[in-house]
Order: sequence, then C-alpha cells, then structure tokens
Amino acid sequence: MVEYLIFLAISTSVFALFGLGLNLQWGFTGLINFGHVAFMTLGAYTTVLLSLKGVPFILAVPAGAILAAVLGMIIGFSTLRLREDYLGIVTIGVGEVIRLVVNNQELPVGDTWTAGSFGVQSYPIPLSTLEPNMFIKLVMITLLTVVAGISLFSLWRWVRSATDNRQEFVLHLIVGILLGILAVAIYISGAISLYDYKPNAGLMLVSLIILALVFWRLEIMVRSPWGRVLKAIREDEEVPKALGKNVFWYKLQSFMIGGAIAGIAGALFAWQLSAIYPDNFQPQLTFDSWIMVILGGSGRNIGTLLGAVIFFTYDALTRELLPKIFPLDADRLGAFRIMVIGLILMVLMIWRPQGILGKKEELTLGK
Amino acid sequence: MASNQSTPLPLLAASGLCKSFGGIKAVNDAEIQVGQGSITGLIGPNGAGKTTLFNLLSNFIRPDKGRVVFDGEQIQQLQPHQIAQQGLVRTFQVARALSRLSVLENMLLAAQKQTGENFWQVQFQQHLINKEQKELRERAMFLLESVGLAKKAQDYAGGLSGGQRKLLEMGRALMTNPKLILLDEPAAGVNPRLIDDICDRISGWNKSGMTFLIIEHNMDVIMSLCDRVWVLAEGKNLADGTPSEIQNNSHVLQAYLGQ
Repeated sequence: MVEYLIFLAISTSVFALFGLGLNLQWGFTGLINFGHVAFMTLGAYTTVLLSLKGVPFILAVPAGAILAAVLGMIIGFSTLRLREDYLGIVTIGVGEVIRLVVNNQELPVGDTWTAGSFGVQSYPIPLSTLEPNMFIKLVMITLLTVVAGISLFSLWRWVRSATDNRQEFVLHLIVGILLGILAVAIYISGAISLYDYKPNAGLMLVSLIILALVFWRLEIMVRSPWGRVLKAIREDEEVPKALGKNVFWYKLQSFMIGGAIAGIAGALFAWQLSAIYPDNFQPQLTFDSWIMVILGGSGRNIGTLLGAVIFFTYDALTRELLPKIFPLDADRLGAFRIMVIGLILMVLMIWRPQGILGKKEELTLGK
Repeated sequence: MASNQSTPLPLLAASGLCKSFGGIKAVNDAEIQVGQGSITGLIGPNGAGKTTLFNLLSNFIRPDKGRVVFDGEQIQQLQPHQIAQQGLVRTFQVARALSRLSVLENMLLAAQKQTGENFWQVQFQQHLINKEQKELRERAMFLLESVGLAKKAQDYAGGLSGGQRKLLEMGRALMTNPKLILLDEPAAGVNPRLIDDICDRISGWNKSGMTFLIIEHNMDVIMSLCDRVWVLAEGKNLADGTPSEIQNNSHVLQAYLGQ
C-alpha cells in the first residue's frame, strides 16, 4: 500500500506537470497541441544523456526544459501564424518525428554511441544512492511536511472561495475532501518511506516539490495581465491585436513555456522509469494528458491536477477491481479498461461538458 | 505660415489605397482625411468598401498600394498591434466581446504598456504590478460608469446584449488612451433608444478631445454627429464635405437611390 501510494504520487505529479503544460497552451491560450509528448521526449533524453556525461541535475533538467522550449519556438515560428487546425496537424507530426529520431539515431550514451532503439539505462537518478543520516531524513520529512501543509492550506482556501452558489460549493467540498484524504495518505506513506529511506520516496519528494513550485508560478502567471492576454487570445485573437498586443509573440511564449514544463515532466518521467526506450513516448501520452486537462476542466490548473489524480486512481482501481468482476484474460482486460475510460468521458461530456471543475455558464455564452 | 495654421495637418491622411480580392477591386484608389478633434463620417451603399478601408487603415488587411500617414508618421508598414500602440484603435462591425472574460477584464486588457504583460516582470515585480492594476481598475470602472456598464463589471462579457457589447468595445477603445478611434457601425443592431445614448456619449468624448472616424448607415447619426463626411461607392471616393453638402449632392443621392 505504502509502496503503491508512492508510485501513485510520482505518476500523478509527473503527469499533472505534463498536463499543466498543455493546459497553459490549450486551456489558457487556445492552442491545439497534439504532439505534447515531443516536449516530454526531448526533456527526458536531454536530461538523461547530459547526466550520464556527468552534468549535475541542477543544470541537466533546465537544459532539457530549454531545449523543449526551443522546439516549441521552432514549431511556433513555422505554424503559429497559420490557422489553429494546421497547428494541430503539424504538432502530431512533430511528436512522431522526435520519437522516430530517438528510435533510429545513435545516441551519445556516456562515452559511446548507442543505437537509440536499445534505449538508455543506468543513468543517475536524484537521491537514489543516498544513504541519509538522521538529520537529512528529518530535513526531507520537514520539506514534505511543508509541501503537504501548503497544499492542504491552498485546498482549504480553494474550497472556501466557492461561495457564489450551493451546488458549486458542494462540488468543491467533495473534491476538496477527496484530494485532502489522498494528500494526507501520500504524506503519511511518504514520511514513513523517507524515515526508513527508500529511493522512491526521495524521487517522490523531488516530484512533489517541482510540481508545487510550477503550480504556484503558473497560478501567478495566469492571474497576471500576461495571463489575461493569453485568455483574450483564446477568446478571439483579433481583439487583443486591435488593442495593441503582439498576439504572435504571446502565443509563442505560451507554447514555449508549456513545452518547457513538459520537458521537466520528461526528466521526472525518465527518473521514474529508470530506463527509457523510444516506446515509452508513444502518442498515447499526449492524449492521456488531453484527457486529464478536459476531465478536470480546461483553463483551470487545479482541474488538471484533479484530472491527473482521477486518471491514475482509475488506473489503480480498475487494475485491481476489474479482473474480479469480469473474468477476462489480460489482453482483453487492457482493452476493456480503455473502453471504460471512453465511456466515462462520454458520460462526463453529457453530464458536465465543461469538465468537472468548469463553469456551466461559460458554455452557454455567445461568441 | 498663415495658411498652415488655417489648415493644420490632418491626424490621419490616407491616399491612393487599393485592395483587390481576386478580380474584385474592393477599394480602388481611395483617400480619406480625418482632422484632429473631429468626428468624421464614412458612408456609402452596401459593398462600397467601407469596412475594407477600415481594415486597410488599421492594417488588419495589407493594402496592395497606398500611403497612410497617422500623426505625422507613415504607418502602412507597421503590424496591426503596432498601429494600435501608436494610438489608432479600431472597433469591429460585429462587436467582439471576449466572452469568458469579465467585463472588467475586457477593459483592463486594453490598457497600454502594462508592466504585468511582460513574462519576466510577472516573475519578479508582483508588488509593482498589483499597484498598477489597482490604478487601472479605478480607471476602468470610471470608463465603465461612463458607458453605463459599471453594474455589469464582474459579469461575463459573453452575457452582454448586442448594444452593450458595442458600448463595451467603445469603452475598451477609450481605455487604450488612443488619439483616434475607428468606429465600425456603432449603431447597427442597437435598439433605437440606446442609439441616442451612444451618440450622446460619442459627442461627449469628442468634446473632451477625442477624434473619431465613424462608419454608419444610420443617417440621423451621421448628420447629427459628424463635422465632415466622406462618401465611398464601389471602392472609390464619390464625394466629401459637410453633412448638409453631402445630403444635397446629386452623385450621392444617385449612388444611394440608383439611377
């Protein structure tokens, strides 16, 4: 259980981070990105290959993020002046191109060049070889406590902020309680595992801290005048253009920053996997992140977090429960689980087309 | 010297503007001038190229040929947002509200040179930005008061009626602190009682120094507001003069009423 909760916490934070990048691009700026996994791939490989060369994490991860942002800039320069559906098409292609390159190219793994299809293994992972003494353990547990405390406090504030109508308040309360219980459970498991130190717990702490930092900065950004320009572009880009905003440049920024966040998520993903192969970066990941963003409600960062939590909780529950209810073999069960996801999405789109935390009235507004 | 003072340079002067779409010459060698502090009208039958001319002036569509001088500078090579930054702000024929932003956010967006619009400033200058936004919010509320939308400030702009959207667009244009506002049919699709209201506000803003160029089909609006009227037909200049001159111009009557 403890082991599993830690796995869940890492997966959720990696994909929440990944989804937050997409949410900035799609939820706030209205840019269609069907190749989000490209940024993640670039971030993962850059970080891993650089750290095999002996570059410290503190430089390797930003390098991955910057390279992902540069990829965003290249895609952006070539397509952001076009209509949005063309951007969608190009991004699908780019996502595949990056994966095919790392599959077919020789990569500088350590001192030798290795075929990409063999993957990259035994790269350094932060805190994995750490043998902490009591002081370091306490520092890590304190850090975890701080992150958990801040999250619970923000959650409480968020629940309280929904006072306009009853229904919304009840929804926020339910979501708040569920997330709160999960946070506490993860906190306890994390604290235990940090105390009798397990490398996974260290990675979890790193992931949660990065997620918390990115979430915090994103919330500030989307509430700022900068974020207001992005939202204006999402609504109707002619208006900000007529009001003196450089629409192209803002779209490019959104695309690059969203890409950089996905690049950081890529580094964490690689650490979680502990060996990466091109096949780990299938287009499916892009669509998983779309599911998370839409499930929670596009244009709401906390919605993306919720989407990621639901996605992985669903994953965990059905892995355990479905085989007990339906006597199917493993292949069929796998397909069946995906079918159920589709069903849930359809029910959601009928029941709450705006996503779980979206606002209904936003859908009924005229252009 | 004396002649210079009696005919000062117009705030906006465009000449020789041409634009074809395929084989159709939407605007063909048109010219227009807008005097500083005036309300200038632009009229013409349907399909005369008025809105296209607006698009050429604000560079939303690039002219094939022609020269646009605004406030003493050539602007036809600038990007649309740069033209807006110079103080030439347009509105749209079908009012465009940013639906899922509040009315107040629509207004705040329009303010120019905001510190908080720069990514790095957002990271490091939160305090300064908050202070600036507070001032802008006061100014936005003042302008919303003057267009009669103050009570709607926190509502979604998408919930406004057609007439209210027109008012919001005007408020937004004023919020940019422009030198010249291009209004594309401010009275179209607006209920008649609100039209008088809109006219009063426009002439009020004009008295406090704002210059307007207005496309309008409603002749009462044009005749009551404008100092000078330009008539466009089939992409060409047909006439220009004071409203009463235009009313009695036989070419104009012919263009409007047919032969």
